[in-house]
Amino acid sequence: MTGVPAIGKLLVAARGEIALRIIRTAHELGIATVAVFSDPDAGAPFVAAADEAVALPGAAPAATYLRGDAIMAAAHASGAQAVHPGYGFLSENAAFARDCAQAGLIFVGPPPEAIEAMGSKIRAKQVMAAAGVPVLPSVTVPAGAGGLAVGAGGLAAATAAIDAQREGAGIAYPLLVKAAFGGGGRGMRIVAGPGDLAEAVAGAQREAASAFGDGTVFLERYVDRPRHIEVQIVGDGHGNLTHLCERECSVQRRYQKIIEEAPSPAVDDRLRAELAAAAVAAGRAVGYAGAGTVEFVLDTDGSFYFLEMNTRLQVEHPVTELVTGLDLVAVQLAVAEGHPLPAEVTSARVTGHAVEARLYAEDVGAGFQPATGTVHRFTIGGGPGIRVDAGVADGTVVTAHYDPMLAKVIAHGPTREVACRRLARALARAQVHGVTTNRDLLVAVLREPEFRAGVIDTGYLERHDPAKLGAPPDGDALALHATAAALAGQARRRAASTVLPGIPPGWRNVPGDGQMTAYTSAGQEVEVCYRAGRSGVRVSVGGEPLPGLTVHRAAPDEIDVTVGGVRRRVSVHRVGAVDYVDSPLGASVLTEVERFPPPRPLAEPGSLLAPMPGTVARVAVSPGERVAAGTPVVVLEAMKMEHTVRAPHGGVVTEVGVHAGQAVDAGARLARVEQEPA
Amino acid sequence: MTVTGGAQPSASARAAEGTPLRSSLDTGSAEYRANFEAQLALLRQHDEQLNLARAGGGPRYADRHHARGRLLARERIELLLDRDAHFLELSPLAAWGTEFTVGASLVTGIGVVSGVECVLVAHDPTVRGGAANPYSLRKSLRALEIARRNRLPVINLVESGGADLPTQSEIFVPGGKIFHDLTELSGLGIPTIALVFGNSTAGGAYVPGMCDYTVFVDRQAKVFLGGPPLVKMATGEDADDEELGGARMHSQVSGLADYFAADERDAIRIGRRIVSELNWRKLGQPPSLPADEPLHDPGELFGIAPADVRVPFDPREVLARVVDGSRFGEYKESYGTSLVTGWASVHGYPVGVLANARGVLFSEESKKAAEFIMLANQADTPLLFLQNTTGYMVGTSYEQGGIIKDGAKMINAVTGSTVPHITLNMAASFGAGNYGMCGRAYDPRLLFAWPGSKLAVMGAAQLAGVMSIVGRAAAQASGKPFDEAADEQRRQAIEAQIERESHAFFVTARLYDDGLIDPRDTRTVLGIALSAAHSAPVEGRRGYGVFRM
Repeated sequence: MTGVPAIGKLLVAARGEIALRIIRTAHELGIATVAVFSDPDAGAPFVAAADEAVALPGAAPAATYLRGDAIMAAAHASGAQAVHPGYGFLSENAAFARDCAQAGLIFVGPPPEAIEAMGSKIRAKQVMAAAGVPVLPSVTVPAGAGGLAVGAGGLAAATAAIDAQREGAGIAYPLLVKAAFGGGGRGMRIVAGPGDLAEAVAGAQREAASAFGDGTVFLERYVDRPRHIEVQIVGDGHGNLTHLCERECSVQRRYQKIIEEAPSPAVDDRLRAELAAAAVAAGRAVGYAGAGTVEFVLDTDGSFYFLEMNTRLQVEHPVTELVTGLDLVAVQLAVAEGHPLPAEVTSARVTGHAVEARLYAEDVGAGFQPATGTVHRFTIGGGPGIRVDAGVADGTVVTAHYDPMLAKVIAHGPTREVACRRLARALARAQVHGVTTNRDLLVAVLREPEFRAGVIDTGYLERHDPAKLGAPPDGDALALHATAAALAGQARRRAASTVLPGIPPGWRNVPGDGQMTAYTSAGQEVEVCYRAGRSGVRVSVGGEPLPGLTVHRAAPDEIDVTVGGVRRRVSVHRVGAVDYVDSPLGASVLTEVERFPPPRPLAEPGSLLAPMPGTVARVAVSPGERVAAGTPVVVLEAMKMEHTVRAPHGGVVTEVGVHAGQAVDAGARLARVEQEPA
Repeated sequence: MTVTGGAQPSASARAAEGTPLRSSLDTGSAEYRANFEAQLALLRQHDEQLNLARAGGGPRYADRHHARGRLLARERIELLLDRDAHFLELSPLAAWGTEFTVGASLVTGIGVVSGVECVLVAHDPTVRGGAANPYSLRKSLRALEIARRNRLPVINLVESGGADLPTQSEIFVPGGKIFHDLTELSGLGIPTIALVFGNSTAGGAYVPGMCDYTVFVDRQAKVFLGGPPLVKMATGEDADDEELGGARMHSQVSGLADYFAADERDAIRIGRRIVSELNWRKLGQPPSLPADEPLHDPGELFGIAPADVRVPFDPREVLARVVDGSRFGEYKESYGTSLVTGWASVHGYPVGVLANARGVLFSEESKKAAEFIMLANQADTPLLFLQNTTGYMVGTSYEQGGIIKDGAKMINAVTGSTVPHITLNMAASFGAGNYGMCGRAYDPRLLFAWPGSKLAVMGAAQLAGVMSIVGRAAAQASGKPFDEAADEQRRQAIEAQIERESHAFFVTARLYDDGLIDPRDTRTVLGIALSAAHSAPVEGRRGYGVFRM
């Protein structure tokens, strides 16, 4: 700890929730913070939360958060002594860590050598095997060997060679082809038999080369229905290295973890001790300091194998924090300042169970396609044991530039059952308006019996169709939500009324059909008809009366209503013509159908009409001709003045109805230009 | 949406003074139950008739109309009105009990369009093509009169085949008044709008012709003085009805249409926009008192309105269920106690109330009323007449006491008063009491009745009895024998006839009021009426001091 100054100001080279998370701890420790931000993030909550902020002009990660030089310049400009890289971006970039050290900046992370050692999966496996950590047998296929990179004649031979190596290493089919660098499932293939090997290797190489800049892949024994177990370790560079229990992250979609927990329901005390020993051995093998994670794959028979080591803070670190009561960012900062691990770390104990869900802006039904938009409202209620690490707030714009994760919601409870229930409830009651999210899927998984029983593996979401699990609320919920939206609209209009706001809404002395409001919700049309009667409001949805309806209170933002004997408060949030409705039954997005739709066009689209009576002086185009917007089409002469009728838009002239010298009335159709679809 | 200058409940509403009325109504009494049951039965009959009015020409014609892609009159109105705003339909039972369809092929009422209280007049094309009969004419003219007196913009939703020709003798001459009144409204600065959805021919063509703003629906509006057959007869010309009076022609050539609408919804959308562009400001004072609900349940009005109009009731029990916070500041409480007078407010609008307590008006009541009406004029306070009167007292001592002179004071004061009057017949409106209590002939801004009420020169039995006495006297004078049996028969026939003709449905059918209302809606209807009345300036008559009568 000699010569390492205390950190007075920390630059956070991350964005979103993790930047906010780091800033929170820094401020708790009295450390000033500097954020760096790209153009799209200028209004992001983490920028506002930091004491100071430095712009990284541009939007793409390569132009902003991946620019080590710009970030170091920002540190110098702001006088920060240390850089916390968060996760992603530069967090596992050994060169950046080195550059920081050279520039006199503390890199809050492990030594560059440890990053480097773990950067290649193949090398990492070798190091681990040497340290006695169990690894899966594998065969390396360097970039350029095998697959399509070999000439057509050599292809069969190359494949045969690889297959022979496979045989020698004792890897049976099915097997896995993986990229040596990178992760996230890219460059990964399951190979069923020798016939598919050549193509799988070639495909994986192509993907790896384009995604990670290195086409090296390796074959590995395939573990069927594996569970993803990882162990949090922390070291201090003074010889202390300890584990902080395992996490399980088996529920994944497309190799992306979505639900994580600690401890794992699949790990008993004996296995826990073995995992911990292996993880600590792994850390020691690379001289690890700071917070890191050793990932294992757990086979159904209880055997486990080293997968990779992440030399940074993990997304899912909060579950460890909740069960140990530690602040891992504080530990990272203490280690970075050169302090030995404090006693509460080395003697940490696990209390209860914690579960984390990653809330993504994505469309589950559309194959997890990332969603964008403005988050009009982001409210996740507290409740016992609930922690929210969010990167967004009301008004945040979610762009396509970065990871679509909006927030992590983490629940702690005395048991796994309680933690899952707390988390499901917090997510179900959350109000996330403006962007499509995977919330319904998360809630459904947390309440699904197999998950509840702890029967999970990385194939969980292949067995359970996410589109079905995360289906939007059913018809009854939609009816309730549409009713609430309609009644909130009524309350809103009455509140704004300048004429007799105190008389019953929609009052009639001759009974009428009631007030109609139509919505579209997820492609479905819902029509609500409501009428205030002497015995209260009567509502029908899609022509069906809502049974046993009592409206206790109707305000523009909340409806308190009993339907079918159950009383609920339904929240309604109006943005433009869209109502975001949340209730105990779920959430709906309802877009109100315009009461007065735009009238049908008076003339066929693209028709050019004579603006006044006159004589056609000239026809400037001929049928079939392609014209640009503003091109003269017909010239009319009237009262010695020439009027040029121009194309209203670009397109093809489909019709010319007049000829030079012809007299036309006002409104006569001269020609038609059909607009070409954009 | 336009913000009207007026009716916003002012943030600086004055604090409420005075003690709320206490109710001594026994809702467990047999009388209450009996009244309640009687009102319920009456309301059921009333609802049946309203449903008939709503049905218009019946499902067959409604379906045919819909099949043509057109909206019904009430559907057009619903779209035109502000969402969730009120609509007070006027004279819905016009023509009840006549050869014509209940409602008289016309829907009229007061509603809110783009934040502006307007009078709406919509033809019902499912009833004989929306043709006007003598009742439709009276209903139209009454709606226009309400618009003129209360300064309310008028929106005509036009689709009418013109006059019901078999009744032309009754409507042709007075019918000209419609166009006269539309013009007069415009002259008074009260905007008139015509949304033409269909036929508007011959005389009907002058509805858009006389309106300030016109919107014609493409391929539906047909506006011409003479249709193709008439033109053929008159000049031999073969005319095409689109060229003769279609929306396109009138928008592009004649200029009669100011706005060309692609379809009905478009026309309604344009109509709403026109109203929003009127820059309309109400000229009466906005509500100035707290508009809190009454302390007592308006539903109990059912048990107050008597099953038998001869049974008097305390109008304070009604006020306790109608006025803001049940607050009533009674004037001359111990003088002329057959008439209750005092100050209150309804939906924040201050009102002076005159309410009959025990039917008969004596000299004291008449003088008290005259003074009270003068006070209201001094204060520019609108007046509410709650009728339950059998008329001015008769008899030698009363005549000698000058009951005619005192009644005349009251009628004079009512006639001369210039604050808005709103009248409600709660039970009985007989004799000159009808005049003194601001009946139809005294031009109340709006006039409503509860369905159990009666209106006639006198009660049926009295009238038959008087006729019998007069007959007997005439027989005696001429020395002829008096046929008792024939007299009894005649007496019964007359009583039955008068009973029938004093029935509320009969009265409202003839436009002697602006509609029957459910007693429980009294507060709402009075609020709508008062708010509408405040569209015009509210100014009392001045010039003399208040006479001590």
